[in-house]
Amino acid sequence: MLRIADLRVRFATRNGPVDAVRGIDLSLGNGETLGIVGESGSGKSVTAFSILRILDQGGEIVSGAVRYGGMDLRQASERDLNDIRGREISMIFQNPRAALNPIRKVGHQIEDVLRQHAQATRQDARAKAIAALEEVQIKDAAARYHAYPFELSGGMCQRIVIALALACRPRLLIADEPTTSLDVTTQKTVMDLIRTLARDRKMGVILITHDLGLAGQYCDRLVVMKDGQIVESGTPADLSRAPTHPYTRRLVAATPHPGKKLHQLVVDGTPAPIPARGEVLLSVRDVTKTYAGKSGPVDALRGVSFDLPQGGCLGLVGESGSGKSTVSSIIARLQDASGGDVLFQGQSLCDVPASRFSRDPRRPLIQMVFQDATDSLNPRQTASQAIAEPLRRLGGLRAGARRDRVHELAEQVGLPANLLTRLPHQLSGGQKARVGIARALAVSPRLLILDEPTAALDVSIQALVLNLLADLRHRLDLTYLFVSHDLSVVQMLCDTVAVMRRGQIVEFGATEQVLNTPADSYTRQLLDAVPQPIV
Amino acid sequence: MRARLVGARLLQAIPVVIGVVVITFVLTRALPGDPAVYFAGDAADEASIQQVREQLGLDAPLPQQFIRYVGDLLRGDWGNSLSTGQPVLSDLARRLPASLELTLIALLLSCAIAIPLGVMAATRPGSWRDHLCRVLVTAGVSLPTFFTGILLIYVFYYLLDIAPSPLGRLDFLYIEPAPVTGFYLIDSALAGDWDTFGGAARQLVLPAITMAIFTLAPIARMTRAAMLQALSSDFIRTARAAGLPRGRIVYGYALRNALLPVVTTLGMVFSFALGANVLVEKVFAWPGIGSYAVDALVASDYAAVQGFVLAMALLFVTLNLIIDLLYAVIDPRIGFDAT
Repeated sequence: MLRIADLRVRFATRNGPVDAVRGIDLSLGNGETLGIVGESGSGKSVTAFSILRILDQGGEIVSGAVRYGGMDLRQASERDLNDIRGREISMIFQNPRAALNPIRKVGHQIEDVLRQHAQATRQDARAKAIAALEEVQIKDAAARYHAYPFELSGGMCQRIVIALALACRPRLLIADEPTTSLDVTTQKTVMDLIRTLARDRKMGVILITHDLGLAGQYCDRLVVMKDGQIVESGTPADLSRAPTHPYTRRLVAATPHPGKKLHQLVVDGTPAPIPARGEVLLSVRDVTKTYAGKSGPVDALRGVSFDLPQGGCLGLVGESGSGKSTVSSIIARLQDASGGDVLFQGQSLCDVPASRFSRDPRRPLIQMVFQDATDSLNPRQTASQAIAEPLRRLGGLRAGARRDRVHELAEQVGLPANLLTRLPHQLSGGQKARVGIARALAVSPRLLILDEPTAALDVSIQALVLNLLADLRHRLDLTYLFVSHDLSVVQMLCDTVAVMRRGQIVEFGATEQVLNTPADSYTRQLLDAVPQPIV
Repeated sequence: MRARLVGARLLQAIPVVIGVVVITFVLTRALPGDPAVYFAGDAADEASIQQVREQLGLDAPLPQQFIRYVGDLLRGDWGNSLSTGQPVLSDLARRLPASLELTLIALLLSCAIAIPLGVMAATRPGSWRDHLCRVLVTAGVSLPTFFTGILLIYVFYYLLDIAPSPLGRLDFLYIEPAPVTGFYLIDSALAGDWDTFGGAARQLVLPAITMAIFTLAPIARMTRAAMLQALSSDFIRTARAAGLPRGRIVYGYALRNALLPVVTTLGMVFSFALGANVLVEKVFAWPGIGSYAVDALVASDYAAVQGFVLAMALLFVTLNLIIDLLYAVIDPRIGFDAT
């Protein structure tokens, strides 16, 4: 159905041309699901955009052919292409809320597509748009027709994007990271929906993802891309059983799934020793938090309690809105609780309000590593300035001693010393994560709160960073509170897991126990949603 | 929901209006020069000046003067202008529409050029069209209005003789239309007097172009920037992947999303243009509110100045209200946030 031969795409950038895709060959049969797997910068999205010729400004297809049926899409006129786009070949995107026009009713957006491709007239467009919404299993579709994207959840928006893409019954669907910004359980329902629709309509699907586990579960065939080239292709079973290319091997190893050990993520990894548990370091006692919402108060936390011993690592798992970030920022003393108490080394932290905690002598002891390594670094500070920043206020060191300490920290987190003078935009994602960790470690904390430290990273980088964290924990005798939405990541690093939902802990226990014999139905749901390993 | 939004915005306007009343009162009392001296005339002696002062109520303590001032305002008595001898309210009623007509026509013209220009520049950044836009915009802001105005008069009136003489709103050949709205174009059209309509329109062309050239720049720049941002959004890619035609994507999807900052700019430009078109009014002998205010200020004509500031403040409050409502029409998220 689709055949791509020797596709090359080049982007004109300020620093000269960049070859994003360097000669790839692909083919897709009728009704087949093909997965294109790769990490950021591998050229997988660019390949997808090239098929429909919707590359961003500056991108150009240098050579190659894209044949769909009997037609060469590369030579086709813009007019012919517009007939194909949306009707023969459709696309769905990452970040569904941004992918919809924010100020147009979702029903109207679907109508636009239907009417454009003469699939509906003015009279029946509305009925057909509602039918398209019903096909993606949206409840109460007639009411949702009038909704704006900002009124809908992320998962709901992605269904709308799918409805929009499939409204004209295309024969090929290109899904570019369709579930990356969604919660795990939503991810599963969305992927299942795509699979069902594809089977019913005998539609070909190209699934573009960074997640080898996800691709393995939903695709008939996989290709692995790296640096604009295909390094390996085959069925999921082949790839996981006998990956031939070293990159594929690394990728297979780095993909986490329940039951996998941390050191198995990296090729030839060795397990880091686990520090001895001491007395209770942190004790959270019935903490509540109520926000004033537009329609009355919102209970973000409804009584959360747990103990964390010295040297332990507690994983706080939950989906967006579960309150896990609220708990962590209350413990980090970035905001105040509405009720309850937080004890640190047996003393209450809550008697000092969050606004004055920055001058508290215990401030250095509790530090945080933030979610987005890029956003949490000042773009105008070099790596060494960023690491030295907390030392200025809290460290009490002279300039010379501070410089030595920065170098020591850089070495601890595996950041080459020659990168210390670089600005954040000159560093890779993994390097920025290391800077963030070094900054948190600078003032020798006892408790480190890790708020999804690897969520924005590629899996192979995530594997390295997680192993680094395990190693640091042992070497510096740290206690971790690890906040994440991903149970398969949490179970590797943490010895205790707390599952949160709607402001409460629904399950608490040793990792093994929670993983193997989950007591709560929601925990089971979370576990089910994790893609099955392709072993 | 919309009705509540309007209500809330109106309520927010009340303290602004009260503040303006207080400030105009205090400011005009602080103006240099003694209106009593001016009003009494050159030959007046100390006693007659004192008499005038008592007549005007200027000898009373300030709070008392203020209460009288507010009472008069509410009754519609905004005082008499010392220089024209007319009630300020009727002066304003005659002159404000002249300025509004000119400014509105100028802004319409400006938008009609600037928005397509900005869109054109944004759809092809770095191309000759983009550069053309930049050159036009830079030229527009760098030419002062009095210069553009005189240049236009020189070329189109003196050299080519296709424009009417730049003397006010209507040539003396025509009779002023019966005042309904105070806008000559509308009033003459209502009266069915198309000759006068044409005459008024001809008088408007040059000053409106002068102002339009000056106000072009911020609108075009903002349109370009907002369009560039809108066009690089994810939902534009979705629309392209869905096969929507280019025109629909640019105008239906991107431009509507880009309108919000453009409307904001438009509101700012409008307030600015209305206050700052004194030079244009002077050059074209336009009997507008800007020249009225300057004359009043020079003459220490405090009732007229008060009236002007108050009228402008009320106008801006209304303008902001309209813009806020426009936001809610353009962007459904805004109405949602306000409730």
